[in-house]
Amino acid sequence: MAVATSVEGAGSSQPESASWTLKLREAIDRHLPMDHLLPDRQPYYVGSWVYVFGVVTIAALVWVVVSGVVLTFMGPQWWHVSGVGRFFNSLHFWSVQLFFIFMVLHLWGQYFMAGWRHGRAATWMIGVVIFGVSVLTAFTGYLSQQNFDAQFIAINAKDAMNGAGIGAFFNVLNFGQMYGLHVMLLPIGVTALVVAHIVMVRTRGVVKPIDAEGGAQS
Amino acid sequence: MDTPTTYFHWGFILISTPNLLVIAGMVVLFAIALVTPFPHAEADDDGRRN
Repeated sequence: MAVATSVEGAGSSQPESASWTLKLREAIDRHLPMDHLLPDRQPYYVGSWVYVFGVVTIAALVWVVVSGVVLTFMGPQWWHVSGVGRFFNSLHFWSVQLFFIFMVLHLWGQYFMAGWRHGRAATWMIGVVIFGVSVLTAFTGYLSQQNFDAQFIAINAKDAMNGAGIGAFFNVLNFGQMYGLHVMLLPIGVTALVVAHIVMVRTRGVVKPIDAEGGAQS
Repeated sequence: MDTPTTYFHWGFILISTPNLLVIAGMVVLFAIALVTPFPHAEADDDGRRN
C-alpha cells in the first residue's frame, strides 16, 4: 500500500493510483456492487422451483458444517454412545444425503438450461470441482466414523487407491490423515469453492432461459 | 434390517433397491419442481419480480 509522504499528499483525499488496495476496492465496486451481491428482485424466469435446489444445497451444507463442528468437539466416544451424540451423528449423515441429493438436482437443472452460457463457464466448472471435492469429503467421512464399517471400507478401498497410483499420498489406512482431511482441509475447500461459486452467480446473474433468447446460443 | 438388500440387474447395470428408490425419488422431485407453480412469480412491467 502506498504511503503519502508529502504535505500535499497527506492532506489529499485522493489515494495514489499505484495503491493495490485502491485497485482492489475499485475492482470489487466495478464487478460486484452490493445490489448484485444481495439483490431484492430477480428476473421473472427465476420464478420456478428449479432455482430452489441450489439454495437447499447451501442450507444442507450449513447443517453439515454445524453438526460436523459439534462432532469434532465431542469426539467418537460421544457420537457412538450417548443419545445426543448419536442424534448429531445422524444429523451429520442425513444432512450430507440431502446435500448430495439437492446438489445433483441443481446439476440437472443447470445442465438442461445450459447454465454455462454467456460467460458462465467458470461458474459451471467450479460447480464440477465442488462436486468432486464433496465426493472426496464424503469418502473420508466414511473412513472417519471410528467403527467396523470404516475399517471395512478402508481395507477394501486401499487396493483401488494403490491401483490408481495415489496410495502413497492418500493412504486410506492412515486414520489421522483421513480424519485431518475430513474435518479441516476438505471442508475448507468445499466452503471456499461454494463461496466463489455463489459470488460468480451473483456477479453475472442467473442465466436466461433458452426460449427467452430465441434458441440456444453460446 | 440385517439382511442383504435386493439388486436389480439389467445388462451392465447393477443397482441396489435403496439406490434405485433414491434416484427415482429425485427424478419425481425434479418433475414436480418443473410443473408446480412458484408462488408470487408474476412479473412487473420491467420483467422482474419482487
